[in-house]
Amino acid sequence: MNAPIRRVAMAVFVLFTLLFVNLNYVQVVKGGDYRRNPLNKRVQLQAYERERGAIVVDGQAIAYSVATKGELKYERRYSAGELYAPVTGYKSLLYGETGIEQAEEPVLSGDDDRLFVRRISDMVTGRRPVGGSVILTLRQRVQAAAYKALGNNTGAVVALDPKTGAILAAVSRQSYDPNPLVKHDVNVERKAWERLSADPDKPMLNRALRDTYPPGSTFKVVVSAAALANGYTPDSKIPAGLSYTAPGTRTPIRNFAGTDCTGNPTTLLSALTVSCNTAYAQLGVRLGADRVAAQAHAFGFDQKAPSVPLDAVDSHFGNPMDAPSLAQSSIGQRDVRMTPLQGAMIAAGVANNGTVMKPYLVREITAPDLSTLDTTAPAEFSRAMSPEVAAPLRQMMVNVVEKGTGRAAQLSGVTVGGKTGTAQNGPGLRDTLWFIGFAIVGNTPVAAVAVVLDQAGGSSAQATRIAGTVLQQAVSVQGGGR
Amino acid sequence: MTAATAPPVTAPARPAAKRRPTRRNTELALVLAACGIVWALSVAIEAAVQRNITPASSLLPAFLAVVFVGAHLAVRFLAPYADPVILPCAALLNGIGVLFIRRLDLGGVEPGQRVAFDAFRGQAIRQVQWTLVAIVALAVLLYFLSDHRALSRYAYSAGLFGIAFIALPALLPSSLSEVNGAKIWILVPGLFSVQPGEFAKLALMVFFASYLVAKRDVLSLASKRVAGIDFPRGRDLGPVLVVWAASLLVLMFERDLGTSLMYFGIFVVMLYVATQRTSWLLIGVGLFFGGALLAWQVISRVQLRVDIWLHPFADANGRGFQIVQALFGLGTGGLFGTGPGAGSPNGVPYASTDFITATIGEETGLFGLTGVLILYLLLSARGMRAALDVRDSFGKLLAAGLAFSIALQVFVIVGGVSKLIPLTGLTTPFLSYGGSSLVANWLLVALLLRISDAGRRPAVPAAPPVQLRSAPTEVVRL
Repeated sequence: MNAPIRRVAMAVFVLFTLLFVNLNYVQVVKGGDYRRNPLNKRVQLQAYERERGAIVVDGQAIAYSVATKGELKYERRYSAGELYAPVTGYKSLLYGETGIEQAEEPVLSGDDDRLFVRRISDMVTGRRPVGGSVILTLRQRVQAAAYKALGNNTGAVVALDPKTGAILAAVSRQSYDPNPLVKHDVNVERKAWERLSADPDKPMLNRALRDTYPPGSTFKVVVSAAALANGYTPDSKIPAGLSYTAPGTRTPIRNFAGTDCTGNPTTLLSALTVSCNTAYAQLGVRLGADRVAAQAHAFGFDQKAPSVPLDAVDSHFGNPMDAPSLAQSSIGQRDVRMTPLQGAMIAAGVANNGTVMKPYLVREITAPDLSTLDTTAPAEFSRAMSPEVAAPLRQMMVNVVEKGTGRAAQLSGVTVGGKTGTAQNGPGLRDTLWFIGFAIVGNTPVAAVAVVLDQAGGSSAQATRIAGTVLQQAVSVQGGGR
Repeated sequence: MTAATAPPVTAPARPAAKRRPTRRNTELALVLAACGIVWALSVAIEAAVQRNITPASSLLPAFLAVVFVGAHLAVRFLAPYADPVILPCAALLNGIGVLFIRRLDLGGVEPGQRVAFDAFRGQAIRQVQWTLVAIVALAVLLYFLSDHRALSRYAYSAGLFGIAFIALPALLPSSLSEVNGAKIWILVPGLFSVQPGEFAKLALMVFFASYLVAKRDVLSLASKRVAGIDFPRGRDLGPVLVVWAASLLVLMFERDLGTSLMYFGIFVVMLYVATQRTSWLLIGVGLFFGGALLAWQVISRVQLRVDIWLHPFADANGRGFQIVQALFGLGTGGLFGTGPGAGSPNGVPYASTDFITATIGEETGLFGLTGVLILYLLLSARGMRAALDVRDSFGKLLAAGLAFSIALQVFVIVGGVSKLIPLTGLTTPFLSYGGSSLVANWLLVALLLRISDAGRRPAVPAAPPVQLRSAPTEVVRL
């Protein structure tokens, strides 16, 4: 019987070889897939195993982790949750990550390559691994002032440092408290999520970066830049009038409150100062769609919106095919849409001699011991205008605040320039109110701002006042003439 | 494996130099090495789970060491020539099982209460108690069964006993026989619960071995030749068909796919070893696949199992939950594992019984699980060795059957857990939590030890038999 016994022993060997081969496949070849599968609860357990790094504004942790007694070892907390929610986002068990929690996930969780040396030393010394911290460019007082000034309006504020692109404030209202979304209790999370999702105010929408609005008259700054770059001066005479009917249509464009601006023809300077629709509609048609579109593109329209590192949505100029559409587009209506971030970039470019800096939210990445691992270096986004165009345009915008529609943004001792906007949203809907502007102390641009009040109705003076408050706060924290 | 490669300690030279070495000291060294590995594993688990090493972490390994050294002493006195590798392999597997059961006990307790959860609580200490019972059973069997051939005298009783034990759960009402959808238990509420199939497996192998040795001539010689292969006569197919039908009945009434596959596989292999005829293998495989196909078409539970096997992620949180969780555990372990005590194996259902290899694979990785499988391979190979060494047909057949049954059972359950074949509910020998399985497998080891003892024992020089053919031949003139 020995021969068949040997063969059976061989068969046993074959069976075990099959097991070995299959285990290699399951544990090594497919191992990574199984390890990272979102259904694998170990992924979560591991994600909450380490103390996640903090998100810091002005030395204060606005998002941090606290130890729990449960299975998931650390729970996330957001101090001043509603104030910073559009920036921090959340890291939820059920709903994943958004905001900085998502964009800086590797740093916060400690997996980032820049933390590699730290991880090795943690392994050797037995120290508990902790994620790195993310220091934001936001300034607490500017952010809080903007949040408070927006009040019960639905809208957003973005404030930038024009010289660097650092984002000083990014506020969206109505906002939400991210804390219930990160509780280690799926029922609490689910209830909070359902309530927020059903809210008609869409509190989880980040209006500062991720929603677009018709820019209305603020777009006249872009058209002015195109005109100045194409031989116009602030004193150039341009046609205006009570109304303008573009060739090929019977729908006239009128001025706000039915005025005739300051006579016909008027000057470029005075057309911007009083926000003359008829003048800019005709100016846009005369410049042609290509020149206006090119200038808009230089500011960032129809480009991939910058990642700050939150992904902003793109702004669009649209594609006006004929004179009537171009006339409407030139006063920021029709298909033109922009984010508040884009509005602030326009104002910042004008203030900064024509150079738009790439906006950014993360100033610094630090290791758990607060040693700096990485600092964001300011970078150019585009040269939207030559300094020769930027200088007169800046002066025109200052004129708007000193003598025109933007008087509510005046600050003592600070040169403020800007442009108001009142965009129509179609029949039955209330107007969207805008202000984009900048503050210059001495010869240094200190802050640029965009305020939007979505379908607020009333006058753009509301947005202008809010912008004034935010600029004042920005000037006081940034200081003049740095 | 350390247990296998530990330096063999040679027996001290004795004056009677011609005696064949018993290798008992080798066995003792290997058992102690196994105890050392178990102790190290316990400390590693304690360090990872409790973040602190206390003397309490040595408690379970110490209990186990006492029990296993006791087992070694029993073998030393009762089966001195037995194979020295079999006992240490089984002991190491048993110890690893206890420690991972302990690890799962701890994982099931809130972190704050783990320090208070000492070694006298939970499933682990129960498993140690069962280990003690099993080793006593091993000693008793070795003591009363001094010659394995005596078993063949009780072959038909064993067969009856085996069939009765298999059938009993099927006949009892579900309240006394069903746990988690498998009707394979005898439950005496408040007293004990037994899986009789574990013992029936041994009894049936004894019966098969005896029956097949008696009938091997007719099964291996009478034949019809078809397509170059000798096929047995129709009337000789009877016993095979009976076993096949019985295993199908088990499948249907007890809803236990794994067990029926086990019985049938063991029977076919023993039949093949007894007759040396490949045709039996072909017939067996044919019958098995025919039966499996039939079961798949007729029994919805089997369809479900196959469906889950092919598409586990289609309903990952429902029907495919078990296998998906097992795969996550194995995949998370990867090459080297998370480290003993550092994974999260408690998410896998039945982690301490059917899925204990998923726990081991998660925390010790492919390397650790491969090591565990090699221990089984070694155990099975030493069993085969015993079958080759022993001189009587019954012993050969029984040892081959026992050795093969370990390998087949490991293949079916580990293959199921790692999605090589459809998952069936079988215990993992020596590792899974459960008294019946542990005691039955140690009895199996006792039989292998007894047979290998017989095989390696020097033949008693008997008086040369008077043989007719050695007498001088004379031509008688008539």
